[in-house]
Amino acid sequence: MSVRDAFTRPARLAARAPYLWMVLFFLVPFGFVAKISLSQTAIAQPPYVPLFDLTLGVAAIKAAFAALSLDNFRLLVSDDLYVLSYLRSLLVAAISTSILLLIGYPIAYGMARLPRTWQPVAMMLVIVPFWTSFLIRIYAWINILQHDGLLNQILLALHLVSTPVVWLSTDGAMYLGIVYSYLPFMILPLYATLAKMDPALLEAASDLGAPPRGAFWLVTFPLSLPGVAAGVLLCFIPIVGEFVIPDLLAGSDSLMIGQTLWLEFFNNKDWPVASAVAVALLALLLVPLLLYERMQRRQLERA
Amino acid sequence: MGRAWQMAEELSNPEPQAGATADSALPEPDSEASAPPAKSEAEADLPQPELPAIAPEVPLLRIEGVVKTFGRFRAIDALSLDIRAGEFFALLGPSGCGKTTLLRMLAGFETPDEGRILLHGTDIAQMPPHLRPVNMMFQHYALFPHLNVRDNIAFGLRRIGMTPLELNARVAEMVALVKLDGLEKRKPDQLSGGQRQRVALARSLARRPQLLLLDEPLAALDKKLREGTQFELMALQRRLGTTFVIVTHDQEEAMTVADRIAVMDSGRLEQVATPRELYEAPRSRWVAEFVGDVNIFEGEIESREAGRLLVATKTAGTLAVAEPRRPNGKALVCVAIRPEKVKLSRRGPAVDDSHTHAINRLEGTVTDVSYLGGVTLYQVKLDGGALLRSSMANTARLDLDAYSAGQRVVAWFTPDDCVVLEP
Repeated sequence: MSVRDAFTRPARLAARAPYLWMVLFFLVPFGFVAKISLSQTAIAQPPYVPLFDLTLGVAAIKAAFAALSLDNFRLLVSDDLYVLSYLRSLLVAAISTSILLLIGYPIAYGMARLPRTWQPVAMMLVIVPFWTSFLIRIYAWINILQHDGLLNQILLALHLVSTPVVWLSTDGAMYLGIVYSYLPFMILPLYATLAKMDPALLEAASDLGAPPRGAFWLVTFPLSLPGVAAGVLLCFIPIVGEFVIPDLLAGSDSLMIGQTLWLEFFNNKDWPVASAVAVALLALLLVPLLLYERMQRRQLERA
Repeated sequence: MGRAWQMAEELSNPEPQAGATADSALPEPDSEASAPPAKSEAEADLPQPELPAIAPEVPLLRIEGVVKTFGRFRAIDALSLDIRAGEFFALLGPSGCGKTTLLRMLAGFETPDEGRILLHGTDIAQMPPHLRPVNMMFQHYALFPHLNVRDNIAFGLRRIGMTPLELNARVAEMVALVKLDGLEKRKPDQLSGGQRQRVALARSLARRPQLLLLDEPLAALDKKLREGTQFELMALQRRLGTTFVIVTHDQEEAMTVADRIAVMDSGRLEQVATPRELYEAPRSRWVAEFVGDVNIFEGEIESREAGRLLVATKTAGTLAVAEPRRPNGKALVCVAIRPEKVKLSRRGPAVDDSHTHAINRLEGTVTDVSYLGGVTLYQVKLDGGALLRSSMANTARLDLDAYSAGQRVVAWFTPDDCVVLEP
């Protein structure tokens, strides 16, 4: 074994560790979920059939395989409840991500233009809210937005409104909560791309006749697109599956897919349908992920 | 990052500062009243007509009493300089001397605190960069990584509303000018260093600027490529007739390409001269030592006779030197002599009665020999104590006259080869 092997072998093993992680903690559990999504509910423990019992022999396992069916997925497509939940999730994620981009980009841009010594400080300010539990922060918003909450008290004191306004349990409150919670995920990738941009590029643009605003749209923005893509995906994907924020801040008239899934699982105790919802959600989110993956690979190939 | 931010601030505050008019006491160019008004962007690109309104003695660019400070650091200290149309002008100096700051003020990325910058008689000191008929080639090229070669070159042309036909023709012309044919579709990261340098040059020339600024344009190239590119730059400048101002810390590069060189130190001009003048007639000890290699002996003027000074030095005896054109009347002086003007021989030059007294003969021992190929550098310890450097061209392949360390030699040079400077 050469000296070089002594270094590359552990390195190669380390490179494989993420795959092992993925198999153990994603692929295997996903296999279980996928299997349950093909089963039927039963009043039993666990609440579905068929069960695979390796002790009963080959014939029993064959029978169990034959009992699997796509019925649950047919239900998802045929029942408006699920289709509407999916659509609402996509819509909420799209609107929230747009707001996040509109707010996050100027903040990230401002941070990247700060003097070098101030940039780490700004970075800390973005990250600090993470030090408090996510749930506590959402409950804090409930306190602020509720009927006799801080916001209404201030508005009443300033005589801007005469009666308390209903903030809580509205879509507005939900968007506020989502944007507030996900803002760092939008800012950080944007900041990373903007901060590493060579300031000489902007000087070159202005030297070649581009006024400051033109230089931004012709140079800064196109060069920040990888950061935009990263930020958008980092926000869009988890927001689609978001459960806590809509459950606590939004009204109960229309549900996001995460809430529907929770209801199926815990209220209806229908594990197979809940699993089918989860599998379909994953398939839905795989599309933007694969697009992003392809874009990144193209970028790497160019560099 | 700070630079770009600062630039953005300057762009949004184009109102002139008080400093711009502080020097109004200076004589103004006669033609200033008839100077053309500030050009619109579209006009700035048209082929520049001869400007008959401007008298020939008015330079293309006049820098008048410009001051620039960064905090307490005075980067440019009351600097005045004229650059003529069609000149290849070099700003040369050690790092931190202010040459880049001066260039950035010409481009508009920095604004002078005081003084005026007149281009064709119009003060552009406070004009934002995107309105100036001046272009710059950046040190690391600053090519737009998301645009291909063609779009990089066309970037400046699209800003002035050229028709597609004109634009295509101009891009093709520029591509041919810098020999980039066939590479138009490549992105900057698919090009070699030399090719990138050409794209940057083509991009900066595409708008046909009245003044092209080059910030260390060849620093990123390796030595061989750099030398070839220097001659291409010169040929290009002669062909286009555009005024080039180049910033460089490489004196050989400045001497090679430039018609005139301004040597800068600590924000001030030390000397503005042709390369030959700079080397053979440096105005100060600092310039003599900065440009090329030099031997310097401090001494006192002993006597003056028939255009000759006799200078008594502590370590090299009495030297006969030519009287300077502008004697300063001081007794303490420096005598500077370039190493290649110092000849070595075993016995000294043949004694000719009429010239004997006029030739400096210094005896000593060779202490160091460095063979550099084209020349050999010798270090001689003079009997007077001084160290003297001499460089001799290796004009024959089998050089029988080579000296070796420890050998006794006579170093000699004529009074005309010496320059008298203030210590």
